[in-house]
Amino acid sequence: MNLIEAVRRNPLLWAGAVLVVVALAFSTFSVVPETKQALILRFGRPVRVANAYDPREEFGRTGAGLVAHAPFIEQVVWVDKRVLDFDMQRQAVLSTDQLRLEVDAFARYRIVNPVRMFVAAHSERRVSDALKPILGSALRDELGKRPFKALLSPERDVVMGNIRNALARVAAQYGAEIVDVRIKRADLPEGTPLDSAFNRMRTARQQEARTIEAGGRREAQIIMGDADAAAAKTYSASFGKDPAFYDFYRAMQSYRITFGTDDTQPRGGATILLSPDNDYLRQFSGRK
Amino acid sequence: MHDKIADAVLIEGGPWGGGSDSGEGNGSKKPRRQPRPGGAGPSALDALIERGRARLGGGGPGDGFQIGGLWRWGVLAFAVLWIALTCIHTIGPQQRGVVTRFGKYVGTLQPGLGWSLPAPIDIVSKIDVDNIHVVDIDTGSDGAAGQNLMLTGDENIIDLAYSVRWSIRDPELYMFQLQDPDGTIKEVAESAMREAIARVTLNDAIGPQRSQIASRVAARAQELLDGYRAGVVIQGVAIKQADPPSEVMDAFKEVVAAQQNAQSYLNQARSYATQVMAKAQGEATAFDAVYVQYKLNPEVTRRRMYYETMEKVLAKTDKTIVEPRNVVPYLAPPAVAKPQEPAK
Repeated sequence: MNLIEAVRRNPLLWAGAVLVVVALAFSTFSVVPETKQALILRFGRPVRVANAYDPREEFGRTGAGLVAHAPFIEQVVWVDKRVLDFDMQRQAVLSTDQLRLEVDAFARYRIVNPVRMFVAAHSERRVSDALKPILGSALRDELGKRPFKALLSPERDVVMGNIRNALARVAAQYGAEIVDVRIKRADLPEGTPLDSAFNRMRTARQQEARTIEAGGRREAQIIMGDADAAAAKTYSASFGKDPAFYDFYRAMQSYRITFGTDDTQPRGGATILLSPDNDYLRQFSGRK
Repeated sequence: MHDKIADAVLIEGGPWGGGSDSGEGNGSKKPRRQPRPGGAGPSALDALIERGRARLGGGGPGDGFQIGGLWRWGVLAFAVLWIALTCIHTIGPQQRGVVTRFGKYVGTLQPGLGWSLPAPIDIVSKIDVDNIHVVDIDTGSDGAAGQNLMLTGDENIIDLAYSVRWSIRDPELYMFQLQDPDGTIKEVAESAMREAIARVTLNDAIGPQRSQIASRVAARAQELLDGYRAGVVIQGVAIKQADPPSEVMDAFKEVVAAQQNAQSYLNQARSYATQVMAKAQGEATAFDAVYVQYKLNPEVTRRRMYYETMEKVLAKTDKTIVEPRNVVPYLAPPAVAKPQEPAK
């Protein structure tokens, strides 16, 4: 209770003391979240890093939390610990076979060396700004060495790996590590290239249509030919047993149809001149 | 002993707001209350409040009592409410609570009632893990005439619309690993889709391989995101539309028309074949039947058929019998000359 007494006796002094303590506490302790690395500068010179990135660490065992540093003479600069990204501006790239392509790419990186980052670039933003043109030129270099087809093939991984390595070399100077580089899109530019691609597609389709139709016709012919052959086979198997009789039998059928005396209507009459020698008139003339 | 606790709390609480209550204790002359036994949080906080009040304990002993009492209760109520609101967390069945103490990850609260230290010390972020997020990558997301055009492996162009469904698997990774998880997922999916489309032909992409492409994209996107330790799981990729670009749609319709034409040729041919075969079989069977009879008695059958046929042939026609030896073809028999009525 004597503390209370002391306070009551000299409130202003105590209030001042408390204020000093609070101010000291504020400038001594910093809350370092998991998502940030705290670069501590003494008179503008980096001295240490709290909660530095370590690929093996687990959350909960990082250096995040309350971090103490010398008041007033040491400052904290915050550096993102997460995976950051930047988009590259759409780039026109010319492949070895003189095809123009518009390429969108993005890169993901992480600041692994905040001290170097701070010295070289001062902020993550500037790192992005510095890396963007590098990505663009790496992309142009790499794709300029290859035919257009390479972009559309499994070789793409190799291309991306090379670009990534080129970028990583520069990134290391900024204390950054490239996590990934990917091509988001690779398109033909609007206008003539795109139109001619469409045209090619169109003609290819038309050709396909013709081919399909012709194929259909051919199949149809084959089917009909096969049917005719099979019919002929059936006929010959049956009629071949007695060609002479077939000749007679078929002639009889044919007469009926030809002279229109079948049930069908005849087209115009017919006059038949018969010789008395005709076989049909054999009995007529009383021959034996 | 109380002083020690109070001092410790005060220092610990320094950076986040030891001074926040400096305006509250206006002239309380009461000695501090006994800290509640048990929970360190409430007692420490109470002590702190008391301490703050004691620190500023100006004011006359007489007039301060009424106001001081009111203040005391107000502050007390506020503290209790504060603690109740920030120490107890209801975590829904679909949620996880990520607890950070002064920014440092200390654990994840499972569904149910969860406890933490009061607010400025522990911050609990509730993260929805069951919620399935859908990212649509539509036609129209691209500038080119409202289409999302991509190059296929055979250098054709396809217009593609699809959506990616994802949910959070590890809340802490999701919170701490990526600066922009949502944007990352979208970009990764887009990149994976282009990669997959670049490996198939246009025809495959439009038709038969759609579902394989979708699952390949999902697997690839998952792989990339795992590489970033993004803490999300791709639930699936659905291709909503995979069409040739509208500029060449007509040509594609021609192909469909050609396919149908070809099909109709085939149908016609097949029906012709059926007809021809049926006719052949019918005629052959008829012949065989007659032939069997003919074989039994060839001469009679032959004559019978001959007469029957001739009868029919000659019955309805005009007949002239001429003797070729005498009648030389001067032959304009009236029957031939005069026009005839078609069969009566």
